[in-house]
Amino acid sequence: MTRTEAIALELLAGMKGAGALPVAADILQPAETLLDLYGEDIRARAYVTHDPALGEMMLRPDFTVPVVQAHMKGGAEPARYCYSGPVFRKQEHAGGRAREYLQVGYEVFARNDPARADAEVFALFARLLGEYDLRPMTGDIGILKAAVAGLRTSERRKAALMRHIWRPKRFRALLERMGGHGPLAEARTELVAQLRAQPADALMQEAGQMVGLRSNSEIEARIATLLEDAQTPPIPQEQVSALEKILSLAAPARDGLTTMRAQNWAALAPALDRLEARLDALDAAGIDSATLPFEASFGRTTMEYYDGFVFGFLSARDDLPPVATGGRYDALTAVLGQGRAIPAVGGVIRPATLAALEGAQ
Amino acid sequence: MTVLLGVPSKGRLMEKTFDWFAERGVSLKRTGEAREYAGAVEGVAGVKLVLLSASEIPRELAAGRIHLGVTGSDLVREELADWAATVVALAPMGFGHADLIVAVPKAWVDVETLDDLDAVASAFRAQHGFRLRIATKYHRLVRDYLRAHGVADYQLVDSQGATEGTVKNLTAEAIADITSTGETLRANHLKILRDPPVHCSQATLFAARGAEWGVGADAMRAFCAQLGVPLPDALLHNA
Repeated sequence: MTRTEAIALELLAGMKGAGALPVAADILQPAETLLDLYGEDIRARAYVTHDPALGEMMLRPDFTVPVVQAHMKGGAEPARYCYSGPVFRKQEHAGGRAREYLQVGYEVFARNDPARADAEVFALFARLLGEYDLRPMTGDIGILKAAVAGLRTSERRKAALMRHIWRPKRFRALLERMGGHGPLAEARTELVAQLRAQPADALMQEAGQMVGLRSNSEIEARIATLLEDAQTPPIPQEQVSALEKILSLAAPARDGLTTMRAQNWAALAPALDRLEARLDALDAAGIDSATLPFEASFGRTTMEYYDGFVFGFLSARDDLPPVATGGRYDALTAVLGQGRAIPAVGGVIRPATLAALEGAQ
Repeated sequence: MTVLLGVPSKGRLMEKTFDWFAERGVSLKRTGEAREYAGAVEGVAGVKLVLLSASEIPRELAAGRIHLGVTGSDLVREELADWAATVVALAPMGFGHADLIVAVPKAWVDVETLDDLDAVASAFRAQHGFRLRIATKYHRLVRDYLRAHGVADYQLVDSQGATEGTVKNLTAEAIADITSTGETLRANHLKILRDPPVHCSQATLFAARGAEWGVGADAMRAFCAQLGVPLPDALLHNA
């Protein structure tokens, strides 16, 4: 047995000891579910193969989707699951990171006391990884969502920003446009001027033959949306600044909470209450929230489906991937549950990274 | 050992390539009977001509089976993951210009930019229950481009030819394809988005980083000097 496999077994035993039920998942997963969830980008990261009868399949890029699906088919509540097995990720560079590696994970599905479930997962990971020299990091996508929801602007604009919360560059460009600045705002002004010049049906008539599935009424509906949006005042600069202050916040968790409270942004209060409850639960679980690192934007680029608490355990070696990552993904269970949903939080550990760290010691 | 130069085996691309080398004092020609893919090089020593399909040249370069190759920069970027680590673009050759662009129906009077396309993709998915389809054969280039611009809720559908017709045939809502004049697009009631193209392609002389340069290094230096093409130091590192 390799050291990586031995570490994986130890981790899995620790998770079982915490009350988790071991689960297995197929390596071949239907591509459609993953594509609908993650979008076309997943093709660049997951191996796609073809089954003569079932169509496109993917080598599982992670366990989250199959574990959630298995739970939604009739798991007990609350439920704790653990697993260990290889996952597969395409790499564009010939050297690059591992294409196939072991993941050991722990997931909690529980309706009550999300703060305690968050703390349970983080504290378990902290304990399992205790003998390694790692830097923990935490964040909270829920606060970012609350900040977007709390902007004084149209619901449509908030929805557009919310859709791109996990794409920081696009998010920033949208925010800039909605503030009335930048190249996107200019292009938009021109487009609106064209659309105002004539009624929609005349414009389409002039443009020539209608081809494709997108209908006249869909085009007319978007024109109406664009004209309405043009009447919406720009998002006030002080709101943009308040949002950016949140996005750039990096501090010990308790101090971060105090800083965000001091912004006196009423719309954030419920999310900050949830953060405070989580920090209390972490303290109760033996994690010192006064020193725990917190970055409000942590997890924005790498953990697309997380929508609340996010965390990671990182080594000092920048040639190695994070040792562990995790977070809360309540919305994902709703998408996969076809109408049913259950709050869920979990995370994964890469035993190969731990083995590499041991080798370096 | 000689330097193997891969050149497109037929059509305008071959002729223009021959012209480009001729202007630099190197004569490339096909030999034997008209249908035989054999060639000769005159005006420089130690270089051998290999006639290949333009679309195979990226792969041959990546495998190091040819040292030099002439092909479109679009093909190299599409076919080779991490292309810059695999080949060196020695010289853009000034012909074979074509832009890889994204086009949508002209009737979409509400769409001019990728910003619009992204908004439409979101609404389209909500309305139709599937992700907006973009037909292309340039999957890697287009996916990277759309990701860099933060477009979501789309899917790429493969189209190896007559891509401009896919919208009318209802197998795609938009396309990403190579165009030089835009005429086929217009004839198919499509218009190009206003953003910069996915890629501006032209015929380019590439060198394979992974080829065995060995005793070919001297011939390569002489060849580059003859062509007036700068030779990157790193290229002959395994010579």
